[in-house]
Amino acid sequence: MDLYEYQGKQLFSRFGIPVSDGQVVDTPEEAREAAERLGAPVMVKAQVLTGGRGKAGGIKGPASPDEAEAHARAILGMDINGHVARRVWIERASDIEREYYCSITFDRGAKQTLIMLTTAGGIEIEQVAHDTPERIASLHVDPLTGFQPFHARRLCFAAGIPADEMRQAADILSRAYRAYVETDAMLVEINPLIVTPDGELRALDSKYTVDDNALYKHPDIAAMRDLEALDAQERMARERGVTYVKLDGTVGIIGNGAGLVMSTLDVVAGAGGTPANFLDVGGGAQADEIVTAMEVLLSDEKVRAVLFNVFGGITRCDEVARGVLTALERLDVKVPMVVRLDGTNDVEGRAILAEAAPPNLHVAETMLGAAEQVVALAGAS
Amino acid sequence: MAILVGAETRLVVQGITGREGSFHATRNRDYGTNVVAGVTPSKAGQDVNGIPVFNTVADAVAERQANTAMVFVPPRFAADAIYEAVDAGIETVICITEGIPAHDMLQLYPYVRARGATLLGPNCPGALSPGVANVGIIPAQVFGQGRIGLVSRSGTLTYQIGKELADAKLGNSTIVGIGGDPIVGLGFIDVLERFEADSGTDLVVMVGEIGGNEEEKAAEFIASHMSTPVVAYIAGFQAPPGKTMGHAGAIISGSAGTAQAKKEALEGHGVRVGRSPTEAAQLAVEAYARLG
Repeated sequence: MDLYEYQGKQLFSRFGIPVSDGQVVDTPEEAREAAERLGAPVMVKAQVLTGGRGKAGGIKGPASPDEAEAHARAILGMDINGHVARRVWIERASDIEREYYCSITFDRGAKQTLIMLTTAGGIEIEQVAHDTPERIASLHVDPLTGFQPFHARRLCFAAGIPADEMRQAADILSRAYRAYVETDAMLVEINPLIVTPDGELRALDSKYTVDDNALYKHPDIAAMRDLEALDAQERMARERGVTYVKLDGTVGIIGNGAGLVMSTLDVVAGAGGTPANFLDVGGGAQADEIVTAMEVLLSDEKVRAVLFNVFGGITRCDEVARGVLTALERLDVKVPMVVRLDGTNDVEGRAILAEAAPPNLHVAETMLGAAEQVVALAGAS
Repeated sequence: MAILVGAETRLVVQGITGREGSFHATRNRDYGTNVVAGVTPSKAGQDVNGIPVFNTVADAVAERQANTAMVFVPPRFAADAIYEAVDAGIETVICITEGIPAHDMLQLYPYVRARGATLLGPNCPGALSPGVANVGIIPAQVFGQGRIGLVSRSGTLTYQIGKELADAKLGNSTIVGIGGDPIVGLGFIDVLERFEADSGTDLVVMVGEIGGNEEEKAAEFIASHMSTPVVAYIAGFQAPPGKTMGHAGAIISGSAGTAQAKKEALEGHGVRVGRSPTEAAQLAVEAYARLG
């Protein structure tokens, strides 16, 4: 789960990482009040879960209370790379002498935590890694030792942090590591980590991702999830516990098993279609599960045909076929549907569907054949 | 011959009195796997369809000489179950549980390695050596006995490919699901290494998906360390960046972990990659025919 800047900064504060005073608001009037309360020039920052806010005009300032209100009015509702800014973060503007970067990432390749520090902050780390890789100091942390003070010193020396800033930088790294471990984060990134003219280090932005599988340990963080930021189908899917990802095509796709569904998207694209979604119905036999999944999928009005791709393993295809028929009785499906059954009891399953022969239901035997059929139906309807 | 699970397997099932645990323990035993024990704390003395239940894995090892553990406990207790199995001297732990926090695995992985144990999964369907032993949830009836090794991050996708091989009268030495999480025990390379050393495996089909760089590393390993031919399939070309596609580990981060990059890495090292599961199975059939 990705957190907004202001949520990440709340966690930073909790772990003692210095941030600027600020307030999150969702109306221009509140933006003005926040600016007045902060009593100094402020920055007005769109809260969206995507990069490139600055370029898109989502970060304005330094601003007076009047200007803050005007900026907030312009930013609220702004579409930034497909994400609508519904809140802005108002924070006291900072004087910036230099910009650094630090991050703590879950390096799945190394199966260890990777810590990076560079004095070339304020730009994308990929850019730094490409142009001047020698400027990035990095090390992996063995989970058995944890992040020790010597790790912090080594990073600071290697990155060329000035001597009089070392204590602060090392402290921020240690605290960020603690935040990462104690909140089950997959990413904690501070970019930029600024140095003020007074020589003070502070986190000016935050990028924070928490492991979905660990949210049960962190109900306070789980409550930060912004369901309204999801699009209608994704929100519905989340509320109903369906594994769904929205895409923008016309062929609705359901299957059992994440790998098989990903593969189905590819095969449909290969047949010239555009997948509307990813939906893994899991075991997939029960009518209730199929109904719930279909409701989520069909709430996307762009869907013009549906492919239900099942490989029967322990779940038998005849059970799935009965589940599909029950689901169709309970749903008002207006688009054509192709059901492809393969695996355990597939012949029986296809026979059950063929015999019932509900209108608009097509039975397929192979994945490629089913893909071609559904693409034709999506194009024709 | 086979890898990971076979005639020597003496299986203890952790979480055997749960619904899934009892169902699959019984199913695995009925297939022919030597299921010697189950473990559920405070339920020692009971049995599940004749399989004796113990309080601890250590007891199951002492009383029934278990050497392989299958973990079926809920995600928040699963890391503890794996520690317990490894601590009790279990050689191979196969963890089916999905949803284990990634940081739990970060801690656990070096411990398992240091103890010299083998961990398959988590979030995996297990391993099946057709005709010999089945540990996990793989539907054995789909697969035939034979000489093709199958290794995959996905379940049903693997069953699909296995079934198409079976339709072509080709069977498998062992089917290994390595799991869909960001950190899993055995990776592609670990399993490829075992297939390379297995006298019962003449060809390997590797099934990857988006996320991480295991497939890219495997491509290099295949080129430099394997004489057994490998064909591959990769799922997720249509996956958008930044979205988790079902499996916790199936996510393109920034520009890393794309299906295209994996396909190019494999093809760059001489591994043929099918565009669909069907084509991957056909490539395997052709490659197998060339072995003579």
